[in-house]
Amino acid sequence: MLAQQLLNGLTQGSMYALIAVGFALILGTLKLVTFAHGEVFMAGAFVAYTVVSLVGGNLLWAFVLAVVAAGALGVVIEFFGFRLLRNAPHTSSLLVTIGISTIMVNAAQLIWGAETKTFPLGQETGSVTVMGLTFTGLQLTVYGVTLAMIALIYVLLDRTKVGMAIRAAAQDHEAAYVLGVGINRIYSLTFALGSALGGLAGVLVGLYYNAVYPTMGGMMGLKAFSACILGGLGSVPGAVVAGLFLGEVENLAVAYLNAGYRHVFSFAILILFLLFRPQGLFGRKENIR
Amino acid sequence: MLRLDGVSTRYGQIQVLRKVSLEVRQGELVCLLGGNACGKSTTMKTILGLVRPFEGTVEFQGERIDGRKPADISRMGIVPVLEGRRIFPDLTVEENLLMGAYLRSDQVAVRQDKERMFGMFPVLADRRRQAGGTLSGGEQQMLAMARALMARPKLLVMDEPSMGLSPLYVNRSFDLISRVHAEGVTILVVEQNANMALAIADRGYVLQVGEIVLSGRAADLRDDPAMRMAYLNTARKD
Repeated sequence: MLAQQLLNGLTQGSMYALIAVGFALILGTLKLVTFAHGEVFMAGAFVAYTVVSLVGGNLLWAFVLAVVAAGALGVVIEFFGFRLLRNAPHTSSLLVTIGISTIMVNAAQLIWGAETKTFPLGQETGSVTVMGLTFTGLQLTVYGVTLAMIALIYVLLDRTKVGMAIRAAAQDHEAAYVLGVGINRIYSLTFALGSALGGLAGVLVGLYYNAVYPTMGGMMGLKAFSACILGGLGSVPGAVVAGLFLGEVENLAVAYLNAGYRHVFSFAILILFLLFRPQGLFGRKENIR
Repeated sequence: MLRLDGVSTRYGQIQVLRKVSLEVRQGELVCLLGGNACGKSTTMKTILGLVRPFEGTVEFQGERIDGRKPADISRMGIVPVLEGRRIFPDLTVEENLLMGAYLRSDQVAVRQDKERMFGMFPVLADRRRQAGGTLSGGEQQMLAMARALMARPKLLVMDEPSMGLSPLYVNRSFDLISRVHAEGVTILVVEQNANMALAIADRGYVLQVGEIVLSGRAADLRDDPAMRMAYLNTARKD
């Protein structure tokens, strides 16, 4: 029973990890806390829902289009929320992302309505049982997609020239600039990448709980933010570990205590970390301002 | 190779440079000296295209470069070494070097240059997989220099190479600069430490409140009474 619960927690945690990695990429590179990340996540879910309702059950297209749309949204948010405000105080960017998130929630309500949508997929995908543990097809999809994305991000950041430039820009954007790195392009690309991951998480969450609604991103955005603080500001591996951890904790709280305690535990952990280890699991003290 | 002719700049209402003229010839090591807030950094920023002069011209290899974008200027071969070394702390030594060659697409030559740098600075070769931030101040200075050389600069512009280094490393840092100069690289050093800079430079210029007040061969400047009064005695550490 416990093993099954841990497995469910892993599913939840995978989705947290995915959205948190996107958040961490943006935070680490642009030094910007984007409060529109949860809404990009929501937009990803709605795009997937729309694709499935229009062309039927082919999930591959839903995934691809949702990721592309979320990435494109990231480029737009970067432009209005960051590039245009390059010389403004940092809080301006932060406030603009809050504004964008409000606009996006309302736009989603206008387009799709305020009520919860379900994917018209018919019957639940099959499940497999291994050693007494039941994996649903959806769970396996969540694990597979998350693992593939984390591997992809790792290879991109660690093994490619553009990934090296992203890391360099995150560490010292001025030094990168004088070496010829096109900083604007890197920022735009990073924002697109982070948002694409957020949108992908949106599709997974929408499918897993079979519920898509305009305000679904609010709590998710906060969870991504929490996972980032827990993992260490801007640390990608930290975001993965912290996302999985939060998923497990929440799931155990729901299973053994009370479903109402779900968010309480996540945020209690966040507060404890902020009090006693503000640099997070993988962060460094000097990164904290 | 590089010629500033009557360059004046201002930030808002405040004029920073007043008709600054200076020249760096092919193969030379030239230093630009002066105290705090005398316009040294502004001169450097003007050369790099980060500040636009409101009068005067900047020419590089016979082409006007004032008003061009920083990226274009760096593509022409003017490569800066920023104050404070500015190593990428979480990139490995090797990756830091590769960042220096970011604009180059000749991968084979880049790899050869990288090995050449490791030959020139064996300490860096020993630490090639180590994060740049774990190096000592002196090693970071070497890495900053090697990273700049990876761009195959025609002109290296160095901002305050002695800033923030212990006296021992200041010496080593200037040894390093003259070594690189001896390899045939043209260098402009912007520096407060007049003693050290004049010891290795061919020629020097002295900036005071935005104006060039003295210039000449480094040996002559060292013996100039006005220079001794104003800078060398106060700068002398021994």
